[in-house]
Formats: sequence, structure tokens, C-alpha cells
Amino acid sequence: MSSFNRPLLASSALIPAPTLCFEEVSFSQEDKLLLGPCSFTLQGTGPTLVMGPNGAGKSLLLRLAHGLLAPTQGEVTWSSDLRPRQAMVFQQPVLLRRSAVANLTHALAVNNVPRRTRVKLACDALERFGLSACTNTPARVLSGGEQQRLALARAWVLSPQVLFLDEPTSALDPAAIKAVEAAVREFHQRGTRIVMTTHDLHQARRLAGDVLFLSGGKVREHTPAAAFFNGPVSREAQAYIAGELVE
Amino acid sequence: MENNNAFYVALSLLLDFDASLVQIVALSLQVSILAVLIAAVLGFPLGAAVALWRFPGRGGVIVLLNALMGLPPVVAGLMVYLLLSRAGPLGDWGLLFTPGAMVIAQVVLVLPILAALSRQKVEELLGEYREQFVSLGMSRPRMMPTLLWDARFALLTILLAGFGRASAEVGAVMMVGGNIDGVTRVMTTAIVLETGKGNLPLALGLGIVLLMLVMLINAGVYLVGELTRRRTG
Repeated sequence: MSSFNRPLLASSALIPAPTLCFEEVSFSQEDKLLLGPCSFTLQGTGPTLVMGPNGAGKSLLLRLAHGLLAPTQGEVTWSSDLRPRQAMVFQQPVLLRRSAVANLTHALAVNNVPRRTRVKLACDALERFGLSACTNTPARVLSGGEQQRLALARAWVLSPQVLFLDEPTSALDPAAIKAVEAAVREFHQRGTRIVMTTHDLHQARRLAGDVLFLSGGKVREHTPAAAFFNGPVSREAQAYIAGELVE
Repeated sequence: MENNNAFYVALSLLLDFDASLVQIVALSLQVSILAVLIAAVLGFPLGAAVALWRFPGRGGVIVLLNALMGLPPVVAGLMVYLLLSRAGPLGDWGLLFTPGAMVIAQVVLVLPILAALSRQKVEELLGEYREQFVSLGMSRPRMMPTLLWDARFALLTILLAGFGRASAEVGAVMMVGGNIDGVTRVMTTAIVLETGKGNLPLALGLGIVLLMLVMLINAGVYLVGELTRRRTG
């Protein structure tokens, strides 16, 4: 699997990001199989882009990996003994009804960061994501792009080893998309394992280290990005890249 | 004409801060504010807990809380009366016909309102926040203060609604307080008594104060709603 180690973005991490392993994982609801069974291992540096048409099970796969949902069958395991620190950024950022900075200090408090250091860490993160001007603005009156950046800043202060992003840019304009992608690169450079869903092929080309292609609840292909975009193996992925309407 | 006169006398009583009137209004406020605060300390966490935890009989608890919102004040009064009467289980406390008994009766009336409405609000918020909370690795007990704080504007509105109910009811405080002059006489019981006696000016004066209080509460609810819209979009 050394081919997966071809990084699109230089990684400066000393500690390798934890490896994620799906073993025969499937998820069904009311006897309807929605995903799987699928088996794959995310190692290498990524970022891993999960692609596929709507309803393919991309978000479901992310939620199973993050532990928001428990698989009906199979197992989701990590290379480390302890569950790695992880965070998730949702398509619609879920922000508390408080100021921007309070959203970050809350996340820190939940993670038992001492009170004295919380505000400093939060303000640093706000500055990094260009949100210093909105420190005390109620989070929910920020623009869509600012809200998504705030969600990324909240993930940032938690220094996750793994970051899941579920279509983080699907509701944003190009400038905001650029800011989010820059943030994703920063996480990647810090050595965070990135697992991100998108249905934007251009975005995937810009970011992907490897691609996990899903359709109809099955993993059709898991290949390095270059291989995926230049010569997809599965029929579904070929059709998807060719711009056909895949179900 | 008679009633017109009564209205002017009532106004002068108000403007002169008539001693008996002031005392009655002060006691009303003390009893109702204390009752609502106690009910809030118990009711909000209770509502949040029912929203957060799944347990057998949860549906029954929700139905019970919702039903108790409409508890007739006289029934609440009767229950507290039986509890506090000399022969009752809490008779030794000697609380019957004291302001303390009135506070207890109003807590019984207001608690279900605060618990049931806060349960609804917190559950609504939880639906929105759940995935983020789980993602942050929060336990249920840890979610409770976050949810209660984020629902603060809604809870304030609920608190005011509870205060409105407490200050406006007459049956329960009449039964457990006894409407004793200078001790347990509050606005509503005084209005009943004075109207019966034909002392319309005092009854009207108290009625006006009570009305103004209700107006004030509603203005408060409106302002809180506006503020919420502006602060949280």
C-alpha cells in the first residue's frame, strides 16, 4: 500500500496519523441495508476524499467512522489502543447560541482544558481562521462561510488526530470554499488524518491524496488520487468522472 | 357613577401608596417570586433530564407533566392543605396559614409548567445539537448545563409564564393561606374579599396593580423574544 503514501500536500507530522480500519462493516435501518458490507483501511497520509453520488452512503460512512452511529455488523477499529482524538465538521455547522469565542471555550471546557488557558487558545484559533473581528459576535449571526470557519476553528482547538468533514463547502461561495480548503490543508500539515466527503470533482482533485468511491452503499474503489482521476477501475467511477448521472 | 367613584378612589390609593395596599402587593410579589425561583431550580433540570434520558415510563412522565400544567389551583390547594394540616404528614412543620404554605402551593402549580415547557424546548435543541455533542464526546450530564444555557431566552419566557400563573391564581393560596389580614393576604384573595364586602376602591386598585403586573410580564416576554431573534438569528 506504499502507493498511498504519495502525499499531494507535504506533511510535517512526526507522529503518523492513526490508521482507520473498516472490517465487513454494514449499517441497516428497519431491515433496509443502507451501507456495506464494506472493508477498507485508511493509512498513508491522505487526505482521503470520500466521493460518490447522493445517497451513496458517504455521510453514513463518516458517521460510522466517527462513532456517531454504531455499525449493524462488522467493526470499526483504530491502529491505536485508545480511540484517537477526533472531530467532525458538518455540512451545516452546529454552533451554540453564544459568541464565537464561547463556542470554542465550551469545546475546550468539555475536553477538560484548564480554565486559565481556554480563552488564549480560543483567541489564537480565531485569529488563525481570520475570525478575530467576530470574537464576541453571536455565532449564529455570522455568515455561512464564517460559521463554517468557526466550526473548523472549534475542531482546531481540540487538536484532533483525525478530522471528518461532511461536505463542508456545499453551501458556500468560492471565496469561502477557498478559506475552508486552506484550513483543511493546515490540518493536514499538522498531521491530522483528514476524511472528507464531497461531490465536487474539482475540489477532490485539489485536495485528495486518495479517493474512496462509493455508490449504492458499496465501496467501489479505493485508490490514490492520481490513479482515480486518470483511470478509474470500476464502471461506476468511470461513469461518475465522465460526468454521467450515476445512481 | 358609583363605579366611577370607586375607580378614582382606587387611583388615589395607588398614587398615595396606601399602606395596606402596598403590603398586600409586596407579599404577593414575595410569595410568587420565591415560588417561581424554587420551581425553576427544580423544574428546569427535571425538564432537561426527561429530554435527555430514555427510561421506561418516560412517555407517562411527559403526559403527566403536560396534564399537570392544567392542574386546577383548588386541587393543588387541597393537596397542600392535606399535607400541611395538623393531622397531615407535614403537620409538624406548622406551615398551614403562613406565607410558606402559599409558596409551596404555588410551587406545586408552577413546577409542571416549567418542567413540561423546558422539556419541550431542551428536546428541540438537543435534536439540533446531538451529533455535535456526541462528536465532542459529551456525556448526558455534561450536556444538561450546555442545553439549559443555550435555551436561556426560552427558559426566561417560560419563567415569566410561570410567574403569571403563580401571581394570578386565587384558589390555592386562599385554601392554604387563609387570607389573614396582614399575614397571608395577597392581591387575588384581597380582591375576592373586598369585592364581597363591597369595598370596591381597594378591590379595583388591586385589580389595576394585578393587570399592570400581567402587562409588564407580557412586555417582558415580548422583549425577550425580540432579543433572542436579534442575538441568535
